[in-house]
Amino acid sequence: MEVGQMQRQWVDYTKSLFLEGFLDGQFLQLQQLQDESNPDFVVEVVSLFFEDSEKLLNDLTRALEQPSVDFKRVDAHVHQFKGSSSSIGAQRVKNACIAFRNFCEEQNTEGCIRCVQQVKQEYYLVKNKLETLFAMEQQIVAAGGSIPILELSF
Amino acid sequence: MEACNCIEPQWPADELLMKYQYISDFFIALAYFSIPLELIYFVKKSAVFPYRWVLVQFGAFIVLCGATHLINLWTFSMHSRTVAIVMTTAKVLTAVVSCATALMLVHIIPDLLSVKTRELFLKNKAAELDREMGLIRTQEETGRHVRMLTHEIRSTLDRHTILKTTLVELGRTLALEECALWMPTRTGLELQLSYTLRQQNPVGYTVPIHLPVINQVFSSNRALKISPNSPVARMRPLAGKHMPGEVVAVRVPLLHLSNFQINDWPELSTKRYALMVLMLPSDSARQWHVHELELVEVVADQVAVALSHAAILEESMRARDLLMEQNIALDLARREAETAIRARNDFLAVMNHEMRTPMHAIIALSSLLQETELTPEQRLMVETILKSSHLLATLINDVLDLSRLEDGSLQLEIATFNLHSVFREVHNLIKPVASVKKLSVSLNLAADLPVQAIGDEKRLMQIVLNVVGNAVKFSKEGSISITAFVAKSESLRDFRAPEFFPVQSDNHFYLRVQVKDSGSGINPQDIPKLFTKFAQTQSIATRNSGGSGLGLAICKRFVNLMEGHIWIESEGPGKGCTAIFIVKLGFAERSNESKLPFVTKVQANHVQTNFPGLKVLVMDDNGVSRSVTKGLLGHLGCDVTTVSSIDEFLHVISQEHKVVFMDVCMPGIDGYELAVRIHEKFTKRHERPVLVALTGNIDKMTKENCMRVGMDGVILKPVSVDKMRSVLSELLEHRVLFEAM
Repeated sequence: MEVGQMQRQWVDYTKSLFLEGFLDGQFLQLQQLQDESNPDFVVEVVSLFFEDSEKLLNDLTRALEQPSVDFKRVDAHVHQFKGSSSSIGAQRVKNACIAFRNFCEEQNTEGCIRCVQQVKQEYYLVKNKLETLFAMEQQIVAAGGSIPILELSF
Repeated sequence: MEACNCIEPQWPADELLMKYQYISDFFIALAYFSIPLELIYFVKKSAVFPYRWVLVQFGAFIVLCGATHLINLWTFSMHSRTVAIVMTTAKVLTAVVSCATALMLVHIIPDLLSVKTRELFLKNKAAELDREMGLIRTQEETGRHVRMLTHEIRSTLDRHTILKTTLVELGRTLALEECALWMPTRTGLELQLSYTLRQQNPVGYTVPIHLPVINQVFSSNRALKISPNSPVARMRPLAGKHMPGEVVAVRVPLLHLSNFQINDWPELSTKRYALMVLMLPSDSARQWHVHELELVEVVADQVAVALSHAAILEESMRARDLLMEQNIALDLARREAETAIRARNDFLAVMNHEMRTPMHAIIALSSLLQETELTPEQRLMVETILKSSHLLATLINDVLDLSRLEDGSLQLEIATFNLHSVFREVHNLIKPVASVKKLSVSLNLAADLPVQAIGDEKRLMQIVLNVVGNAVKFSKEGSISITAFVAKSESLRDFRAPEFFPVQSDNHFYLRVQVKDSGSGINPQDIPKLFTKFAQTQSIATRNSGGSGLGLAICKRFVNLMEGHIWIESEGPGKGCTAIFIVKLGFAERSNESKLPFVTKVQANHVQTNFPGLKVLVMDDNGVSRSVTKGLLGHLGCDVTTVSSIDEFLHVISQEHKVVFMDVCMPGIDGYELAVRIHEKFTKRHERPVLVALTGNIDKMTKENCMRVGMDGVILKPVSVDKMRSVLSELLEHRVLFEAM
């Protein structure tokens, strides 16, 4: 596949991510921060996110498995997760976290468990998408092209 | 005549007698024959003679009589039988005709007599017509005279000329000896001799107005004969034997402008009359004729009209002169006013600079002084100086602003600004003051209130601050609520603002702000005075408060400049009051805060590093957030240090860090307490870094806490590059930033 085609594919894929709501404007901001001094900024941040999220999700699951759920801790974790996801622009994850927090306030265990599943699901989805995206980018760079500058207007 | 049938003479013919009879008969016959001839001749001469056949009859009768007598001539001598027969025939015929004529005359003569009567009647009629002709001619003459007189009188608009002309013409037309006009004096109690015909300069004779003869003349509109001995007629010294001529007097109404009502004809209800006296020549035995009197009456009326015209003209000339004078005076006054305004503007321009320079020095140096080491008393003093000079500066600005506003030389600085942040800033500025007085301030921004708007942000904030400040100032307890929303067209037409006619358009919207307080309230009668300069309602509560009373006046002018309206409603003292204003603002372009990604023309590597080398400290326990924020700030050229705990923070923080971003929602870490400790550590303002809270929480509690602990700003995560850039510039410029929600 030649570079132009790959680039076009990349653009379409990115657009679809936005349209489907996986990513929001914050992700664009991250992309803007990527420059010569920081060529892998986005990848680094996203990797960091993945690490953090794994940890957080584990903590969450464990916390909810406790016989008496410490909602404060759960809330704290969810808060963290929300913060991270919003920092990189993972919109659906963030929304799931917001819903999660409501249940935490209500101290609704059933709700929380359901939410945790939801959050996990969203997270894995977005992780998948992002990994695909990065793979595409690597391919383009390997083929000698450059990542196109995203100009999205809806 | 005897018909003699004798053939022979009976007695011896008396020759003489015979001769005489012969001659007489002859002459009779002659006469008898000539009469018809004469009749025929004269009848032929006259054109009209109705009874021709009577004439014929008569003629026949006479002819026959003549014939009889003629034939008689032959009977005196011996005559033949033929002559006798002829004679007999003639006589018989004569008899017949004469009888017929006699019978006819019985019919004819009454007719002839009536003709005579008719003739007499016609003659009388002719005489009468002659008389009337004479009369008409006289009247026509009179009319001609009047026309001529009127023409003379009306040909001038000068009062004196009119009167003089009248007298002269009257004198000439009527061949008067003397003609005079008596005018009422100013007091109205006397008549003064004003004009005469013969005497050139009438000496000021006066006559009291209430003489019976004068009253008599005044009460009738006819010319009345008066006695030559009455005081008004005695104008010339009587020359002894002379028999004074008849005198006639007539009133001349002096019509006044006010008599001419719009829908009324001038009533002769005016009591002012002049008296015209006319004297026939003495010893002339002339009498006043009716037509002459009529002439005089008509002339008097005409004179009245002419005089009133002259009076009106004089009046209008006077009015015009007056107007011209007034015009000149007004012009002068206007020029003076313009000069005064220019002088004032010059003065203000100079004072502006002159007043502000020392003011600036005082404020600057006092604030610098504040930063130095001071004892508590000294600090108090310096703070008081600073506060007072701030007040003074505000006052100076207000006064200068107001005069510029009055001039109309003030112009709004239109730009796009964040409408929500204006209200929040006001809210935050007023909260400390309000909380000292234990007042609660609530801010309600409508959901449809645009975030961005186009208008004069500074002035709008001034208005809101002033209004809210007043609400706080005049409330001792209770609550103050500020509501802001977009005014829909029904609510725009408030019956309390009847002169306000807002026009809806697509580019503008009307912002309506209501500030309600539960304070001392205002008497509804005082409400209009509130907006006048330098006026303050007198009440104990206000006497202690500062302010020059200019605030609301300035607000009103700003509001008017923004094509809006401001008013205050209050139900009375003690019932609180509500200040409402509506201003026109423009819709801004859609802001950057949309849900979907938007056009980012910014190229990835094309960003300015606005803040080279700016030392920033970021505290956040969330690794991802931390790195994102660090990347962000690094991108803007800052020198970023990140920490994730308080100890680390306190270890690292130093004077070099200009800005500190800390996440205040870190569990287990009280960001607020940290802020307090920072304040304690850096007592001096210029050493302390700008403290900004980064939070994902957007509720009031967070904001209030941040403000309470003395944070300089609150920002909502996640932050975009542009936002961070503007935040940094704002912070470094103003040292304060409270983000709109």
